[in-house]
Amino acid sequence: MSARDFQQLTDLFPDEVVTHSHVQDIALPGVDGAPGAGTFALITLDNGLDHRRPSTLGPNTLVELGTVLQAQRERAARGEIAGVGVTGKPFFLAAGADLSAVKELKDKEAGRAMARLGHDVYSTLNDLGVPSFVFINGMALGGGLEIALNANYRTVSTGAGALALPEAFLGLVPGWGGVYLLPRLIGPANAVKVMLENALSNNRTLSGPEAFKLGMADALFEPADFVEQSLNWAARVLAGAESVSRPNAVDEPLSGENSAAWDAAVDHAKAFVEAKTSNAAPAPAKVIDLLEKGRNFSKAESFEAEEDALAELMMTPQFRDTVYAFLDLVQKRGKRPAGAPDATLARPVTKVGVVGAGLMAGQFALLFARQLKVPVVLTDIDAARVDKGVGYVHGEVDKLLAKGRISPDAANRTKSLVTGSVTKDAFADADFVIEAVFEELEVKKQVFAEVEAVVSPECILATNTSSLSVTAMAEGLEHPERLVGFHFFNPVALMPLLEIVRAPKTGDAVLATAFATARALRKTAVLVKDAPAFVVNRVLLRLMGEVFRAFDEGTDAHTADNALRPLGLPMTPFTLLAMVGLPVAQHVTESMHAAFGDRIAVSANLQALIDAGKKGLWEKAEDGSRHIPADTLALLSFGTTPSTGEELLAKTQDALAEEVGLMLAEGVVAGPEDIDLCMILGAGWPMHLGGITPYLDRVGASERVNGRRFHTA
Amino acid sequence: MSQNRQIRDVVFVDGVRTPFGRAGDKGIYASTRADDLVVKCIRELMRLNPRLPAGRIDEVAIAATTQTGDQGLTIGRTAALLAGLPASVPGFAIDRMCAGAMTAVTTTASGIGFGSYDVVLAGGVEHMGHHPMGAGADPNPRFMSERIVDPAALNMGNTAENLHDRFPAITKDRTDAYAVASQAKFAAASANGRIQPDLVPVATMKPGQGWTVNTVDEPPRPGTTLKDLAGLSTPFRAHGRVTAGNAAGLNDGATVALLASSDAAAELGLPVKMRLVQFAYAGVDPEVMGIGPVPATEKALKLAGLGIEDIGLIEINEAFAVQVLSFLDHFGIADDDARVNRYGGAIAVGHPLASSGVRLMTQLARQFEEDPSVRFGLTTMCIGLGMGATVIWENPHWTPTVSPPGSPTEDEGSAA
Repeated sequence: MSARDFQQLTDLFPDEVVTHSHVQDIALPGVDGAPGAGTFALITLDNGLDHRRPSTLGPNTLVELGTVLQAQRERAARGEIAGVGVTGKPFFLAAGADLSAVKELKDKEAGRAMARLGHDVYSTLNDLGVPSFVFINGMALGGGLEIALNANYRTVSTGAGALALPEAFLGLVPGWGGVYLLPRLIGPANAVKVMLENALSNNRTLSGPEAFKLGMADALFEPADFVEQSLNWAARVLAGAESVSRPNAVDEPLSGENSAAWDAAVDHAKAFVEAKTSNAAPAPAKVIDLLEKGRNFSKAESFEAEEDALAELMMTPQFRDTVYAFLDLVQKRGKRPAGAPDATLARPVTKVGVVGAGLMAGQFALLFARQLKVPVVLTDIDAARVDKGVGYVHGEVDKLLAKGRISPDAANRTKSLVTGSVTKDAFADADFVIEAVFEELEVKKQVFAEVEAVVSPECILATNTSSLSVTAMAEGLEHPERLVGFHFFNPVALMPLLEIVRAPKTGDAVLATAFATARALRKTAVLVKDAPAFVVNRVLLRLMGEVFRAFDEGTDAHTADNALRPLGLPMTPFTLLAMVGLPVAQHVTESMHAAFGDRIAVSANLQALIDAGKKGLWEKAEDGSRHIPADTLALLSFGTTPSTGEELLAKTQDALAEEVGLMLAEGVVAGPEDIDLCMILGAGWPMHLGGITPYLDRVGASERVNGRRFHTA
Repeated sequence: MSQNRQIRDVVFVDGVRTPFGRAGDKGIYASTRADDLVVKCIRELMRLNPRLPAGRIDEVAIAATTQTGDQGLTIGRTAALLAGLPASVPGFAIDRMCAGAMTAVTTTASGIGFGSYDVVLAGGVEHMGHHPMGAGADPNPRFMSERIVDPAALNMGNTAENLHDRFPAITKDRTDAYAVASQAKFAAASANGRIQPDLVPVATMKPGQGWTVNTVDEPPRPGTTLKDLAGLSTPFRAHGRVTAGNAAGLNDGATVALLASSDAAAELGLPVKMRLVQFAYAGVDPEVMGIGPVPATEKALKLAGLGIEDIGLIEINEAFAVQVLSFLDHFGIADDDARVNRYGGAIAVGHPLASSGVRLMTQLARQFEEDPSVRFGLTTMCIGLGMGATVIWENPHWTPTVSPPGSPTEDEGSAA
């Protein structure tokens, strides 16, 4: 690497927070009583900031590391050093490429230069004239982990967390050698697990011991003296006193067995990516492509192909939209909700009441008791229901205990926190009462009137309604300012989103307490105006409405249900419909229809299915194929104006652009970013769509329907 | 009720220490926590003694003079947890200023002798960079109003000058000569590989420099000459005698020893480096705290039924050269007697207050091993506010037929 070759690239980032490469010469300890075997050059990657700011890798950082490594190569040639090591500042090796910087690369050549720079620098680790070591002391993501993969030997700390190659998730490939080196080091099947399965499963990461077990490191040491023990181990390796075994490694040329394993891993990867993403995003396919071709590549050939892939992917909208979704939304906006009142206004919540003891109420009680660690009282109309509700919570706690997810003490504590009562008097000293009763305005109003008769004037009343007007629910309350919408998503324990609904009279302290409570429940909260179906359900129902309308009009079920596959949504519309439950979907649709008119179609076919007690359209045959049973078809009537898949896709894009445009015009949320955040966290929509609005901009729907983009280009 | 009480033999199995550092922003441990220094020692001891199951440790006693911040929170317990010892292993913090580690050893040894413990870890730490001497102390005004302690006696340098007043025969020339010898002896011991084996490497990371590993002591100034020392200032008294050159510096470091009952050592197959004979503490006027080792040693010898002539090796802490010389003069031992501080002392290697006691022991243990002519040795030190501490040890390698190295006759060798 020559720093001058990359001058154009480094000049693009004058404000880069450079992770420096500090070199210290360390006398190698003697092995088994022998004198020490010379000098070890240990490079520490350190951005000079505290533990809240992980070291990242930008062009200036890489040039500095490359320059330092070259200097070590020269020293090795002069016989001054016996080995070179790289480690990081406490808790981090390196958190990978600086994404916000990479996102700013404007042309393909700059992207290629960035890819080549990484290869040039990291290759030096394999060409120093002396063995190279990386001591993985902490977080190592993407390019950070690839530093280690390019070295000759690796140690890892038992305390290291967040070891991963998340590139496929971000819209890139592990293209600083990872995709070539990892399958050779830990075997193709394990490499697929790390590069694709983990990356595409909510960006799952490995701990130090897990990485060690896979063969990503040769030795495992505890954090208390990790650097000392790693150096000691390196000294033993250099002295020939330590033999390194890599049982998962694949030697070249590939044996027949390894060849077959490689093919199997590629096939498995293809099936996994298809199932997980509908192949809607380009990056995972590129990873598979490099893995498949890379089987016969030399390292140089792979590096060339990696650079092509990275240069191409860095310019894709999917990559930029993922960075937007991941960094700007989930990491940043999700932690500082737009429009939330001053957090200091929040009041303590020391006891929670849950009206109802059904399944939803039980899920609430479990969540509140586990996360807030305050008493939770369930109420219902009779002892049998109450007992059943409390019994459900205790049963769930026992399941967590059996799985080892919580300790016996924590299980006892949580169980003792959840009690039941047949009278709302038990709410007298509660600070927060949430209802989980039948989705009917009068029922909820009645419940809140009863609660209000018991509780203190400050006690917050929260509704989990998904379709009713919170404003209407507040009417008749003695203290309407205390009512707030607190809309969870199913399953409550898992879904990270909470829509917090502000009605016109909702007080600031009440709202602040709702946000503080959401944070304590470890949910990401988005502030939503009181509008029919709020955000997630409104977008989903509009989408399902378009698909069902096309179905009703005569589009065949396969075409209708697969038309949106290019979006890579987590499930098809009909599958989603069955999961939500037909009656629930119809109920929300009706309330939206009442509010918005024919824009939201209420399907007679859907009603016919509900009336016949059907749970869904599809039935799975024994061979896994899906069909609509004849008796279901017999219930349905169709029009004569079918759409093609392409037409339905375009119609749906337009419908979504219209709906989102209307929501923003109505002021349902502060901006398109909140819609995107809601769809990512509440519906699991993919980050490569940026949620939804960047996608609608990208495909032209925003301009077609609204005359302008949601985001500036 | 069963009362299975019998006095048991206590043995010193092993001891290690961190390299000592110079206190202050430029010192090797400036950005390293005191408790982490202890942790390194505990983990090294466990590695060096793989036959000892961690769950068999009955106590972890760690001394520190200033028990706040990174030396606070009951450091024996926190260090045990941070070192990865099982939660079932208890620990506590202990303080007797400079004799902290020594007191940790004698206190837990007493527990072993009484039958309450089988195996213990005992040591000390002082990060004098993070905890300057006397920081946060709030001396009772009665010390002054009722003349219980001269406030000047709270400054150790002043007490050293006071000792010169009391013993006019101890001149600055003698203390400087003693100090030069201490540096030379330490340098020779280092060169002969006598120091390094008991040191634990400590990785540290300083801002802007990256990780490094500290394997040698920072304080020693090998090659120090009388001329070098002559010109040093006397910070405690104008035209005084005590200088930075003839006193221990301000240092950072930690030590930990592994002790056991001799039965437990045999059961677990642990080596025995020293056998505890007796110990004693004594008080003296705080204004001349440096004389403390004299009454403490007299007391310990008496309890042991030994005379100073029975002691073949002396490891005395060199807080100040004058304090060592006052001890030697009392017992009629020459300034350059080969029995005294063979590897040099704190004037060279440093004195991180509460840690030093175990350093004396590890050095004595090594000397025992290399000199089987010696049967008994002692470790002794002076303590602020006027105290002395002495521990007498027996050499398990003692072989009666071996003559001391370089001693012409038995008579001349014990000229007490």
